Amino acid sequence: MSGPLLQLSGVTCQFGGLKALSDVTLSVGRGEIIGLIGPNGAGKTTLVNVVTGVHRASAGRMLFDSRDITGIKPYQAARGGIGRTFQVVQPFPELTVIENVAASALFSGAAKSLRVAREQALEHLAFVGLESMAEKDAATLTLAARKRLELAKGLAMNPKLLLLDEVNAGLNNAEVDQALSLIRAIAARGVTILIIEHLMKVVLTVCDRLAVLHHGELISVGTPKEVVSDARVIQAYLGKRYAAKEAKNV
Amino acid sequence: MKFHIIAAATLFALLAAVPSFLGDAYSLRIGTTMLMYGILAMSWNFIGGMAGYPSFATAAFFGLGAYAGAVLQKLGLPMIASWMAAGLFAFVFAGILGMALLRLRGHYFAIASLVVAEVIREAVNSATDLTGGGMGLNLPVPQMGSIEAQAAYFFNAMLLISAATFIALFVTSRSKLGFGLRCIQQNEAAADMIGINATLYKTAAFMLSAVFVGVAGAAYASWVHYIEPPDVFDTLYSVKPIVMVLLGGVGSVFGPILGAAAYLALEELVWRNYLSIHTGVLGLLIVLLVLFLPRGLLSLAPRRWGMAP
Repeated sequence: MSGPLLQLSGVTCQFGGLKALSDVTLSVGRGEIIGLIGPNGAGKTTLVNVVTGVHRASAGRMLFDSRDITGIKPYQAARGGIGRTFQVVQPFPELTVIENVAASALFSGAAKSLRVAREQALEHLAFVGLESMAEKDAATLTLAARKRLELAKGLAMNPKLLLLDEVNAGLNNAEVDQALSLIRAIAARGVTILIIEHLMKVVLTVCDRLAVLHHGELISVGTPKEVVSDARVIQAYLGKRYAAKEAKNV
Repeated sequence: MKFHIIAAATLFALLAAVPSFLGDAYSLRIGTTMLMYGILAMSWNFIGGMAGYPSFATAAFFGLGAYAGAVLQKLGLPMIASWMAAGLFAFVFAGILGMALLRLRGHYFAIASLVVAEVIREAVNSATDLTGGGMGLNLPVPQMGSIEAQAAYFFNAMLLISAATFIALFVTSRSKLGFGLRCIQQNEAAADMIGINATLYKTAAFMLSAVFVGVAGAAYASWVHYIEPPDVFDTLYSVKPIVMVLLGGVGSVFGPILGAAAYLALEELVWRNYLSIHTGVLGLLIVLLVLFLPRGLLSLAPRRWGMAP
């Protein structure tokens, strides 16, 4: 199939008087890794929540794989091939690690039976390097391991599009490097990835394209190089005065 | 898994033999009550234990079942058929109610479910033509010869219903539905995100928690052959099963039935020996049990038995 995998046109999300997203138009191509960046409160997580049906868009239309997904429920998004991880990791604490992953495989429809789901879960755990922890309660994992569990859960849904919400936040340098090679390996399987990230190192090394949100508006889209030199982006992050000084120096 | 089946089969076989060697009506009445509360407690486990929604709607389903069974018998339906119909009625009612109530969570859901029994009680009270209102409703007394034979009949009936409830609970706990409910109980938002249709699953759990209670309510009505609103819509029918499940072990398969037996044994003993302060003593015992055995009596069993959920 051709055309973009995800197409947002004029998506707006309003909470009372606050426009968390305003008129966002963005297309995500098949197989690309796109980074979504922006200062705190820019609306990055809201965008993920709108795409996965947690929040309803107040206006606009969303197409996923040429199907209209405007107004679908989260469980429908999950079954339709949109996987996500949470910024604040959300395991089922009293289930074992393998049960956590098997649940994703089973309920998103990727596995037909619980037995198959467990088999698939074990593969995904091996992929993220957690197979030795399979029978432990999810609550006992370290933060880095929980982030990897989130990845395994996301993968187990056999998604076409994986939305990663700050999978690297709170990790140390070595852990970030591990997570990065994982993300590349996932992309190599043909999964399209939208990644929300604050670490510029991550954004600049793995992303094909970047999209920048500021106060709910998409202010810049392009290759990482284009985006980091965009005056509006510099202004959003570092303020008007800095941007002006920067412009003079160039 | 095998252990569970053998243990359950042995337990129910032993219970089925009870009427033949414990023939007196008093023991059988206690046994029947125990089984009836066992049904209520196991049923609560579907919604309260598995899905984590603290439902206080048990009394509503019980009273509704009792009245549905009684009214249908008054209209000429045979006794057993009226019990089945009462179960079906409670099942459908819970489905409709669930779609409205299960949007609420935690305390809000608890309060809303608590009110349901009160509302139906008032409705039954005022529908005098159909239900007899505050005068209550007489049921045909089953003709079974001796009082003992009648007591044994209702003991066996409750035993069958509780066996059916147990099987439903056991099968559900090992099914996709049970797995999904455990996910919902731990984190509903995350459960939604991995593709669980939480509304559907919760409603199914709520309906399962109603159907056997409805049948038990109708069987109770036939057993005591006179019902009135304050009796069958008593809030204690909602509260006691929860205490029993907490006592036995939340979310497990054997917990509710163990809790029901333990609770009623305690209640009977305390009531016999401390007539004037029995509720106080019972309350104290429950507080102590919850303080020192927060995961219920089942947590005393060796872990390798795999009794916990």
